[in-house]
Amino acid sequence: MPQEVSMREAYGQTLVELGRENPDIVVLDADLSRSTMTQLFAREFPERFFDCGIAEQNMVGIAAGLAASGKIPFASTFAVFVPGRCFDQIRMSIAQPGLNVKLVTTHGGISVGEDGTSHHSIEDLALIGSCPGFAVIVPADAIEAAQAVRAAAASYGPFYIRLCRPKTPLVYNEDYRFNLGKAVTIRQGKDATIIAIGLMVAEALKAAENLEREGIDCRVLNMPTLKPIDEAAIIKAAAETGAIVAAEEHLEHGGLGSEVAQRVARHQPVPMEFIAIKDTYAKSGKPGELLKRYGLTARDIEQAVRSVIRRKKPSQSGID
Amino acid sequence: MSLSELGNLKTSAGSKAEVFSSSASITEMEAIAKRLRRHIITMTGKAGSGHPGGSLSAVEIVTALYFRVLRHKPLDPHWPNRDRFILSKGHAAPLLYATLAECGYFPVDELTTLRQLDSRLQGHTDRTVTPGVEMSAGALGQGLSFAIGVGLAGRLNSRSYRVYVLLGDGECDEGQVWEAAMAAAHFKVDNLVAIVDNNGQQLDGWNRDVMNLDPFNKKWQAFGWHVIEVDGHDLTQLISAFDRAKLIKGQPTVIIAHTIKGRGVSFMENNPDFHGKAPNAEQVEIALRELG
Repeated sequence: MPQEVSMREAYGQTLVELGRENPDIVVLDADLSRSTMTQLFAREFPERFFDCGIAEQNMVGIAAGLAASGKIPFASTFAVFVPGRCFDQIRMSIAQPGLNVKLVTTHGGISVGEDGTSHHSIEDLALIGSCPGFAVIVPADAIEAAQAVRAAAASYGPFYIRLCRPKTPLVYNEDYRFNLGKAVTIRQGKDATIIAIGLMVAEALKAAENLEREGIDCRVLNMPTLKPIDEAAIIKAAAETGAIVAAEEHLEHGGLGSEVAQRVARHQPVPMEFIAIKDTYAKSGKPGELLKRYGLTARDIEQAVRSVIRRKKPSQSGID
Repeated sequence: MSLSELGNLKTSAGSKAEVFSSSASITEMEAIAKRLRRHIITMTGKAGSGHPGGSLSAVEIVTALYFRVLRHKPLDPHWPNRDRFILSKGHAAPLLYATLAECGYFPVDELTTLRQLDSRLQGHTDRTVTPGVEMSAGALGQGLSFAIGVGLAGRLNSRSYRVYVLLGDGECDEGQVWEAAMAAAHFKVDNLVAIVDNNGQQLDGWNRDVMNLDPFNKKWQAFGWHVIEVDGHDLTQLISAFDRAKLIKGQPTVIIAHTIKGRGVSFMENNPDFHGKAPNAEQVEIALRELG
């Protein structure tokens, strides 16, 4: 088993490093700094940390004003509250003017677990992805999370980075270099491609290993930058493997699956399947139990790959 | 002499290096206010839509700020030390555009392009296209939060600029305004002055009938603000209030400016019909005649 590391810890530590390197880095939170780990920054730079209390609309507005005055604000809370609780504020105060605000949320998806529906973030990628000009990143592990946070600080414009609550298996080693807007082929294969984000990347790798025993040769593509999405990588995967499964910890609507499907439909139509939450709210439970109940495990991905391969046209099929 | 010339004279022929810190007299400002009202009527009349009522009520507030209080450089809108004016009630865009044009941020001739396709003068303010516009607004309730961020950045950067934000009273129905009111006091943002254009009306009618805000001044006091109340059409009172606000340390100041919606045009005064409706050609003519 690969080592499991917290993306949130990586975020907090990276913020401290950035704070030391650049006096313009400022951090805001909405009374969740112990959970988002922005408290690490608050301890070292109290004068550059603003706890806005439980008031997300005001927090993102203050962040916009700071950005309009040359600061590089990172604003954090749970993914269910930003963007959901303050969508219009994000739209008009940040996205429309294209201000340099970095929204980094934790507790994305349903792996939040026992807190239940009110704390499960299953719509955030659809909401933020609908804001013109926003870059949207969903890291696969702590190493990618730290690098994505650095990339956001270094690149002007609005960013949304979505992290999860549980520790997740490391997909990458320290040599990994995150490239904004670029997909990463983490496993080669010719029969089908699994495109995954967030903690589904580790599940996709497991699925590919299991399928190999059945003689199915799966490519695994990590798509850390959901927006702007790596269209060329999608088209290449569709052309070379003839079948695609998208896997995300999000509703089926408006997330990775629909973004990939648009490109596939437009440029290289091939059969697709979607591993995502199907038009429902999840309930309380342990993270592992919930991922199983709502169809977000390696086994679910394996079934989807078998199904999508069955639907390949003879000319697209690696196995027939 | 046009008013933009007046401004230029006082900034040594508009040199980019010079601060526009007009010391216009009350008489001169009254003349400016009249011109701004005429622009508002002409612009909205030509556009066939827009928000004359809440633009007319805030004319003196904005005149006092741009021609007496703010340190700004119309030819260098991004000057880092400029005092900031943030229009939170973004539907009063015609007033802000008229003022910016009179200061020389862009030609007065451009005002008649309001709301047209490809115009820099959007229906509600858009900081990406209009020189001098600090915030994209129009979705109410967001300006005070934004202003706090600008004020905090000034403090962090040790800059001496001050931040002025204009809210509508109806706008104060928005919960975000009170989140921000709490935060501004908590963070002791004393380079921040909020002005409420307290014209008593919103789109659906009188505030007291739609959503009662009283006791309005006590609400701000309870949230930790220094409160000043003035007649919002009295330039002397307004200037005095802005001067006094500069002396308040450790807390933000709100100036509750009592105004009349549609001020200066008889059939628009206290008439919520003209909150979001432009005058027709005949009404434009009557209004301009009344304004003189």
